[in-house]
Amino acid sequence: MTGQALDFNPSTELRTSLRQSRARAGIIGLIGVLALAAGAFTARDQFFRSYLWSYIFVLGITAGSLSWLMLQYLTGGAWGVVIRRPAEAAVRTFPLLALLFIPIALGTSSLYSWTQPTTDATLLVKQARYLNVPFFLVRAAVFFAGWIFLSWFLNRWSAREDREGPVPANSRMAAISGPGLIFWAFSVTFMSIDWVMSLSPHWFSTMFGLLFVIGQGLSGMAFLVTVLVFLSNFRPMSEVLTPRHLHDLGKFLLATVMVWAYFAFSQFLIIWAGNLPEEIPWYVERLRGGWQYVALLLVFGHFALPFALLLSRDLKRNFKLLASIAVFILCMRVVDIYWMVTPDSSKGSLSVSWLDLAGPLGLGGIWLAYFLIQLEKRPLMPLNEMELAEALEHGRE
Amino acid sequence: MKPDVYGVMAEFDNPTDLVNATRAVCEQGYKKLDTYTPFPIEELNDILHLHKNKLSLIVLVGGLLGGLSGFLLQYFVTVIYFPINVAGRPLDSWPAYIIITFELTILLGCISAVFGMLALCGLPMPYHPVFNVPRFSAASHDRFFLCIEAADPLFDMEKTSGLLETLEAKEVSEVAH
Repeated sequence: MTGQALDFNPSTELRTSLRQSRARAGIIGLIGVLALAAGAFTARDQFFRSYLWSYIFVLGITAGSLSWLMLQYLTGGAWGVVIRRPAEAAVRTFPLLALLFIPIALGTSSLYSWTQPTTDATLLVKQARYLNVPFFLVRAAVFFAGWIFLSWFLNRWSAREDREGPVPANSRMAAISGPGLIFWAFSVTFMSIDWVMSLSPHWFSTMFGLLFVIGQGLSGMAFLVTVLVFLSNFRPMSEVLTPRHLHDLGKFLLATVMVWAYFAFSQFLIIWAGNLPEEIPWYVERLRGGWQYVALLLVFGHFALPFALLLSRDLKRNFKLLASIAVFILCMRVVDIYWMVTPDSSKGSLSVSWLDLAGPLGLGGIWLAYFLIQLEKRPLMPLNEMELAEALEHGRE
Repeated sequence: MKPDVYGVMAEFDNPTDLVNATRAVCEQGYKKLDTYTPFPIEELNDILHLHKNKLSLIVLVGGLLGGLSGFLLQYFVTVIYFPINVAGRPLDSWPAYIIITFELTILLGCISAVFGMLALCGLPMPYHPVFNVPRFSAASHDRFFLCIEAADPLFDMEKTSGLLETLEAKEVSEVAH
């Protein structure tokens, strides 16, 4: 099979299916957003909490896709060619996410205790040089500027590659991806400190940024696997994807799940062993009053179960099973972020607000609908990629 | 079937002929056969059904045993033999055990992988009849060999040799015990 023989534009059946999924996602998203809007007036503090963690989950999928998109330009390989277009469509949602950040920017006084004037310990006074609202917003603006720039640059050159061939687009995209990945890792580290760690301003963990870096990578890969398996039901991707492509991506899922467990346990072990009064309360708060069961769920659902299942070669080559695991991992990402963000505000006991349901459905639905619009816009494989023929041969006799 | 013959060996000068011949021989119903090549050939794994073996199970059991022994070692030391109060923690503080449990899982997993592989391959094996074929050393350079063992129920010196000769073999020779 050669690249020229195939039309990589979405087929008619795929367009119909995309339109249906988009409508469904859009309606769910709209209902969620209306519920969130109602919550914003009736339960202000709860609204901001729910909004914040839902937002961080959706952003994680997008920024995670950005990291895989840049990584595959640096490494090459058939897996990178097949995820490229879904990842490009995902990162084109950054402008929407920048818009959706506005409620968080407006809600800093409700979300973050460090915005309040304090006579508290010297620590908070010293922290004020870093943790103050103007600087917080400037940093957020820098994150978004970087992410949107990278996404714009990679999409623009990828479109030019389709029109004009791989020279010079290919080397341009590879050249931006190295510095881009470094920017991504730093921006995600600072983002996690600013938006999540500063919820409890006395607490700190040097592992926290890495936990978000790998968490985003996991969200991104799980999402891309889900999208590819969906696309594999329709032409043209039904002609392209082989079990071997999915096998490669499944290995990435396995590796990322393991690294997440490694980081999450390292942070826990260090803080547990140190048992210092300024560090340990974060875990004490998350291991009592019902939250300990959520933590146990994470140990089994976020690590043990996907780890054990993804060891199987047959499972990684089975489209439906791999997609089920990927969706399950995405659900666990929701639980993980919820468990990190929420316990401090619901002192002592686990209670799920209806806004914690409206948040992920609303933001997730709107985001997914926007993603599906983007996905339809371009051919589903890079037309002039130098490794295209190789990627199509991958896993065929 | 003579007891003093190990089998019959066919020599090929390219991998495609070997793959075709192996496929044909398998379709005839031969089960006890093996191929010898200078480099791995993926198709042969499919034809000879070599994807699955017991090694992964051996490594799993080895890893679990390692993890269990690592955990219990620390449990017995810190809880039963030398109970010492460290920073007011419970004696059976499992988070502290995890690192050594993990390391021993890896250690015994790796050891069982290496020795399991050697055992499944039947190594060390100081003598093997295939080396009685004078040209067999070329299997490490540029020739491809297919050997059908006399232990196969379908084996018949004349018929099997005849079959191999029809399959583009460059040379077919008897393998002495």
